Amino acid sequence: MSFFFEVLLGGLLAGVMYSLVAIGFVLIYKASGVFNFAQGSMVLFAALTFVSLLERGISFWLAFVLTLLAMVALAWTIERWVLRKLVNRPPITLFMATLGLSYIIEGLAQSLWGAQVHGLDLGINDEPFEFQGMLLSQFDIFAACVAGVLVLVLSVFFNKTRTGIALRAVADDQLAALAVGIKLEKLWLIVWTVAGFVGLVAGLLWGARLGVQFSLSLVVLKALPVLIIGGFTSISGSIVGGLIIGASEKLAEVFLGAYIGGGIENWFPYMLAMLFLLVRPTGIFGERQIERV
Amino acid sequence: MLYRESGQFSTSYPADRRIFRLYQERWAFYLLLAAAFLLIPWLGNDYWFSAILIPFLVLSLAALGLNLLTGYAGQLSLGSAAFMAVGAFAAYNSHLRIEGLPFLLSLLLGGVVAGLTGVVFGLPSLRIKGFYILVSTLAAQFFVLWVFTTFAWFSNDSSSGVITAPPLVILGHDFSSPQGRYLFTLTVVVALGFLAKSIVGSELGRNWMAVRDMDKAAEVIGIALPKAKLLAFAISSFYLGIAGSLWAFCYLGTVEPHGFDLSRSFQILFIIIIGGMGSILGNFLGAAFIVLLPILLSHIASGLLADTIDAGQLENCQKIIFGGLIIFFLIKEPDGLAKIYQTCKQRLQVWPLRF
Repeated sequence: MSFFFEVLLGGLLAGVMYSLVAIGFVLIYKASGVFNFAQGSMVLFAALTFVSLLERGISFWLAFVLTLLAMVALAWTIERWVLRKLVNRPPITLFMATLGLSYIIEGLAQSLWGAQVHGLDLGINDEPFEFQGMLLSQFDIFAACVAGVLVLVLSVFFNKTRTGIALRAVADDQLAALAVGIKLEKLWLIVWTVAGFVGLVAGLLWGARLGVQFSLSLVVLKALPVLIIGGFTSISGSIVGGLIIGASEKLAEVFLGAYIGGGIENWFPYMLAMLFLLVRPTGIFGERQIERV
Repeated sequence: MLYRESGQFSTSYPADRRIFRLYQERWAFYLLLAAAFLLIPWLGNDYWFSAILIPFLVLSLAALGLNLLTGYAGQLSLGSAAFMAVGAFAAYNSHLRIEGLPFLLSLLLGGVVAGLTGVVFGLPSLRIKGFYILVSTLAAQFFVLWVFTTFAWFSNDSSSGVITAPPLVILGHDFSSPQGRYLFTLTVVVALGFLAKSIVGSELGRNWMAVRDMDKAAEVIGIALPKAKLLAFAISSFYLGIAGSLWAFCYLGTVEPHGFDLSRSFQILFIIIIGGMGSILGNFLGAAFIVLLPILLSHIASGLLADTIDAGQLENCQKIIFGGLIIFFLIKEPDGLAKIYQTCKQRLQVWPLRF
C-alpha cells in the first residue's frame, strides 16, 4: 500500500509540472481565444535562451531578466505580425497560425543557440528523501511550490489589478471590451508576455529535470490532455487536471503497464481525457457554451 | 479569351454536374493525364520517380484524405499519420497471412481497416467538437504507433520492427521498377481523386460542408450529424490508409511505424493549409510545394552558400521558412494555392481585357 501512495504522490508532483505548461495555454486562451500550440516552443525558446546566457558567464538573475526581455520581444512580434493580421478569423485559423509559429520559434531557438543538450542546474538537490516511509523527490516539491505561488500571483493579478480585470473583460466579449475603451493590442501583448514568463518558469523547471533540448517543446503534448480535463478557461482547472493526469499516468504505467506492455504514458492521458470529455464535454471547470443558430 | 465560357450550355442536369464542365478544362485535364501516363514514364529517370514523383503522389492522396475530413467536414485532425500506419500494417498483414490474396485486394483491405479505425476514433466527435476533437485524433496518433511498436505480431515478429515490403505484383505483372511503381501509384491516385471529386459534389459532400460551416444549423435543417461526421472519418481514414500502404509499398519499400509519427501528420496538415482547404486540386498543389521546397532550398544552400551552412542549420532554416509560409498563407491567402489558381483562371477568361 505504501508503494501505491509513493507512486501516487510522485505522479501528483509530476502532474504539477504539466500544469505549469497548461497555465500558459489557459492565459492566452482566456484573453484572446487562441489555442496556442506554440506554448511548447515558447518553453523551449525561453529555457534555451536562459541556459545559453548562463553559459556565457552571465549571472542567474541578469540572465533571467534578459530572457524575460526576449520573451517580451517575442510577444510583441507575435502580436504585431500574426495576431493583429488575423483578427476576426475563425479560431481554427488562429490555431493553425500558432502551429506555424511553433515551427518558426523552434527553428529560431535552435539556429540561434544550437541543437545540443544543455544541462541546467538550479541549485536544488534532486535527491529523494524519505517521508513516512515513502521516497519523495525534493525537486518535485520545489516545483509544486513554484506552481502554487504562480497560481496565487496570477489569480491576484486577474482578480485585483486593473489590467487583470480588463483581461477578463476581453475574454468575456471582445467587442464590448473594445467599446468601453480597452486597448486590445496592449492587452494581447501583456498576456503573451505573461504566458512567456510562465513558459520561462516551466522551461527552467523542465530543463533542470530533462536537460534543455529540443524534446522540451514536446511537453505541449503532455499539457494538452491536462487542459482538456481542466477546461480551457480555468487556471485552477489546469492545476487539478495536471494532478489527475500526473497521478493516473504514473499509476497506469506501474500497475497497468505490467499487463499490456510498457510505454503507455504517451497515449494514456489522451484516452483518459477522451473518457472525461464523454462525460463532461467542456472539462471540469470549463464554461458551458450556449449555441445559437 | 483563352478561357471562354460563351456558347457552352448545359442542357441537362448531369451535364451541369459533370466534374469538368468547360471543354477547355476537360482537354487540359486529358492532356495532363496523357502527359502523366505516357510522357513522364518515358522521360523521367529513376531519381525523379523514386524521390519526387511517388512521394508527391502519395502525399497528395493523404492530403486528399485529410482534406475531406478537415476541409470539407470541418473536423480538425492531428492523427492522419496514424491512419496511414494502420493502412500500411493492415495491408502488409493481410498480404502475409491470407494465402494468395491479390495485392490490390490487400491494399483495399488496408484502406477498409483504416476506415474502421477512423470510425472508432471519430466516435467522440459526436459528443465533442472544436479543439476538443484534437484529443481524439492525437489519442489515435499515439495509441496506434504504440500498438505497432509494442506488439511484434504486427511486424511478423521481426526483431528490428522494420519489415521489407513484398514485391509489387499485380495481375501477374511485376510493377517493382521505379517506373512501374510510379504508374501504379498514379493509377490509384487518379481513380481515388475522381471518386473524391464525385463524393464532394454529391449530397454527402454538401452535407459535410453544411456541418463544417455550422453544425447546429445543419442539424436543424435535417442533416443527420452522426452519419455525416462518422462517414467523414471513415472515408477520410480510408484514403489515408490507402496512402499509407502506397507510402510503405511503393515509396519506402519497408513498413515501419516510425515513418508515421506526429511530424508526418503535421506535414499533411501543412499540405492542405498551403494547398487550400476544401479543394481537391489544392492537395496536389500543396503536396508538390511541400515536396519540392526542401529540394529547392537545399539546392540554393549548396549553390550559394557552398559550405558555410551545415545540415542542422539548413533544417532549422527550413522549419522557419515552413512556419513563415504557413502564417503567410493564413494571413494573405486563407484558401491556399487553389485559390490562386482560381484567380488566374478568372483572369484568363477575360484576357487580354481587364474586366
